Amino acid sequence: MTAYADPARPSACPACDAAPLAQQIAGIAPSDARVMLALPGIHCAGCISGVERVLRAVPGVRDAHVNLTLRRVAVDADLDTAPELLCKHLTDAGYEAHELDAGVLAATQVDARGRALLMRLAVAVFAMMNVMLLSVAVWSGAEGVTRDMMHWISAAIAIPAVIFTGQPFYVSAFAALKGGRLNMDVPITLAIVLAVGTSLYETMLSGEHAYFDAAIALCTFLLAGRYLDHRTRANARSAAQELAALDVPRALRIDGSGTRTVAAADLRPGDLIRVLPGGRIPVDGVVTEGRTELDRSVMTGETLPAVAAEGDAVHAGEANLTGPITVQVQAAGRDTELARIADLIAVAEAGRNNYTSLADAAAKLYAPGVHIVALLAAMGWFAYTWDLRVALNIAAAVLIITCPCALGLAVPAVTTAASARLFRRGMLIKDGTALERLADVDTVVFDKTGTLTDGAPQALNLDALDETTSSVALALADASEHPLSKALAHGLTDRGVTPARLRNVAERPGYGIEGEWQGQPVKLGRASWVGAEALATTASYLRIGAETYALPFADTLRDGAEDLVRALLSDGKRVILLSGDVAPAVSDFAARIGIQDFVAEARPAQKAEAVTKMGQAGHKVLMVGDGMNDTAALAAAHVSISPATALEAARAASDMVLTGRSLLPILDAMTTSRSARRRIKENFGVASVYNILAVPLAVAGLCSPLIAALAMSASSLTVSLNALRLK
Amino acid sequence: MDVLGILIPVSLILGGAGLVAFWWMLRKGQFDDPEGDAHRILRDDYDDTPKQ
Repeated sequence: MTAYADPARPSACPACDAAPLAQQIAGIAPSDARVMLALPGIHCAGCISGVERVLRAVPGVRDAHVNLTLRRVAVDADLDTAPELLCKHLTDAGYEAHELDAGVLAATQVDARGRALLMRLAVAVFAMMNVMLLSVAVWSGAEGVTRDMMHWISAAIAIPAVIFTGQPFYVSAFAALKGGRLNMDVPITLAIVLAVGTSLYETMLSGEHAYFDAAIALCTFLLAGRYLDHRTRANARSAAQELAALDVPRALRIDGSGTRTVAAADLRPGDLIRVLPGGRIPVDGVVTEGRTELDRSVMTGETLPAVAAEGDAVHAGEANLTGPITVQVQAAGRDTELARIADLIAVAEAGRNNYTSLADAAAKLYAPGVHIVALLAAMGWFAYTWDLRVALNIAAAVLIITCPCALGLAVPAVTTAASARLFRRGMLIKDGTALERLADVDTVVFDKTGTLTDGAPQALNLDALDETTSSVALALADASEHPLSKALAHGLTDRGVTPARLRNVAERPGYGIEGEWQGQPVKLGRASWVGAEALATTASYLRIGAETYALPFADTLRDGAEDLVRALLSDGKRVILLSGDVAPAVSDFAARIGIQDFVAEARPAQKAEAVTKMGQAGHKVLMVGDGMNDTAALAAAHVSISPATALEAARAASDMVLTGRSLLPILDAMTTSRSARRRIKENFGVASVYNILAVPLAVAGLCSPLIAALAMSASSLTVSLNALRLK
Repeated sequence: MDVLGILIPVSLILGGAGLVAFWWMLRKGQFDDPEGDAHRILRDDYDDTPKQ
C-alpha cells in the first residue's frame, strides 16, 4: 500500500509505453514459456472447457487457464511449443485464436493501483458500517456517558480508516495546492480534516454532535467513484494493449547458412532478413534480392499493389504479396518510419488535450464556491456568537453537506455504464472524455481503403466472360497468392467454373502468372506485361493467344458501411470521403455508397490539414480511418475511431477502436454518447438541486450529523441509479 | 446497556474478519475473472475429477 501518486496520465500511445518494457522483459526472461492467446469468440462455460481441453491435449502443454473477462487464455507450455501450433489446434476445434505478445501484456497483468483502490474501498465500507451503527445509537437518543463512549469508539474506528482510505485525495489535493491550483480534492480533503478535527474536539468536550460517520461516508462514496473511473480507464488501457500485442513482430533473419525466427526488436541495421509472400515487412530497409509486389495501402491508401525490386526501399507496415524478398535492414524497432510517426502523433495528441470534460468544468465552478460559502458561514456565525467552536462546527457542516460525492460519482458512473455497454457491442473506448466529445459530432470523415472497404477486392463483370476464357483465368488465378488473383479465383469458383488444364504454370513476381494452354501461351497480370491497354481502375489483365481481356475489380464494402453512411446522412450529419486512392476509384466508390463530398489522392498532410480546417471552422469532426496516412488526421480530429484491423499507429491515435468487422457499432456509440451526456447533465442537475436545498440548512446551523449523512447518501444513490438508466 | 460491551466488539470482530477475508481474496486474484468464474461453477469437470 504505497502512496497513490497520480500525476501521470496514461500515455496517449499505449504501445509506446509498452514497447520498451516488452523489450526489457524479452531481454531478461527468454525462458518464460507462458503463451498468451486472444480468444475473441468465447462467451460461455462450454467455450472455457472446450478451449482448456483442446490445449491440454496438445503435447508439451502443461496447463491452460481461460480468463473469460479478458477473453484470453494463458498457456503454460514447453519452450519449443510454437504458439502458431496452439492457434491452429484451437482454430481446428472451432475457436478463433490469435497470438498475443506476452511482453506487451506483462504490463497489464497485475493491476496494482486497482487493487489498492479496491482495498481502500473495502476498509472504508467496513469502517462506515460500524461507525454508522454506533451513530444510529446516538441519533436514537443515547445520552451522557453512553454517547461519549459511542463517540470515542467511532473516533477509534474512523480516524485510522480516514487516514488510510483518504490518501488518494490528500496526495492529489497536496499536489494541486503545491502547484497553486484548486481541484475537486481540495474541498474534499478540507472537509474530511475539518470534520474529523471538530468531531474529535467535540468528543473531548462531551459535545452533542460528531461527524465521524459523515467523514468516512464521504471517503466511501468518493472512493467508489474513483474505482469506477479507474476501472473504465484500466479496461480501455488493457484492451488497447491487447490490440497492440496482436501484432507479434517477428522476422526471418538470414544467419550464415539458414534462416532463424527472431523478434523484430532484436534486428540491427545491416542484418539481412527474408520476407515471404503474405508477410508484413517489420523494418525499414532496401530490397537486396528478389522482386515482388507490395501492398502499401496502409501507408498511402492506394489499393493497387506497387512493384518492388532490387534496390527499392521498403518500409515497416507494408505487406509483401507475391514473391519472397531479402531485405537489408536500415532501421528497426523504434527507429522505423512507422514508429517515428506513431511517436509524433503521441506528442501531438498530448498537446491537443485542451478539451475540458464536463467533470472538470463542474469542479472549476464548484471548488472555489464551496470554500467561499463555508468561510462566509464561519465568519458570519463567529461575528454573531463570538464562539469559535460554533463557527468551526458550522463550517465543517457546510463542507460536509456540500460534499462532492454526487459530483464525484456523476461522471464515472455514467461512463462506466456506457463503455461496458459499448464494449459488449464491439466498441472499445480508450479515452474517458471520448464519449462526451462524440456526442457533439456534426461532420464525419471516412477513409476509404480498409475503413469503409474490407481492403479485399471483388471481381466485376465476370458474367461477361465466356466459358473457356473463365476456365483459363481460373486456372491461372489459382496459382497465385496475389489478392486480385485470389478474388478472381473466388469469384469464378462461385460461378461454378472448372479450371482449364494448363502446363508450365509459373508466377513472375511483380508481373503476373503465365502458362501454356492448348499449345498457346496464356498470361494473367499487369497491363504492360500482358500487352493490354490499362484501365483507369484497379484491374487485372488476361491474355490468351492474341486476345486480351481486362478484368476490373472493386473493393468490397465492410459490413454495415452502407447502412452507417445512410443513417448518418439521414441524421443530418455531413459525411466526407477522404482517400489517398486514385480519383476514378474514389468517385466510383463514393457514388456506390452514396457520399456526395469526396476528395481523392489526398496525402497524409492534406488529410490532417482538411480535418484541422474543418475543426477551425467550428465543425466537430469524427474521423474514421485505419492507415498510416490517416493517423495525423485521426489525431487532429475532435474524436476519432479506427477498426481493429488498423495499423498500430492508427489505433494508438484514435479515441475508440472497433473490435469486430462491422462498422455499425459507430452508430450505437453515437446514440449512447448522446444519452450518456444527457445522464451526466442530469446527474449534475441532481447534485446542484441537492446542494441548493442543503446548503442553507447547513449555513443556518440546522444540519445535524443525521441530516448530513442521509442527504449525502441520498444524493449519491440517486446519481448512481440514474447512471444505470442509460440505454 | 451492558450488552453493548459484548455486541460492539463482536460486530467489530466479525466485520474485521470479513475485511481480512476480502483482503486475502484480493491478493489471491479471486476478482481477476468474475465473468469466467460465474460460468465455471456450472461445469461438471470439477465435480467429476476432484483435485487430489
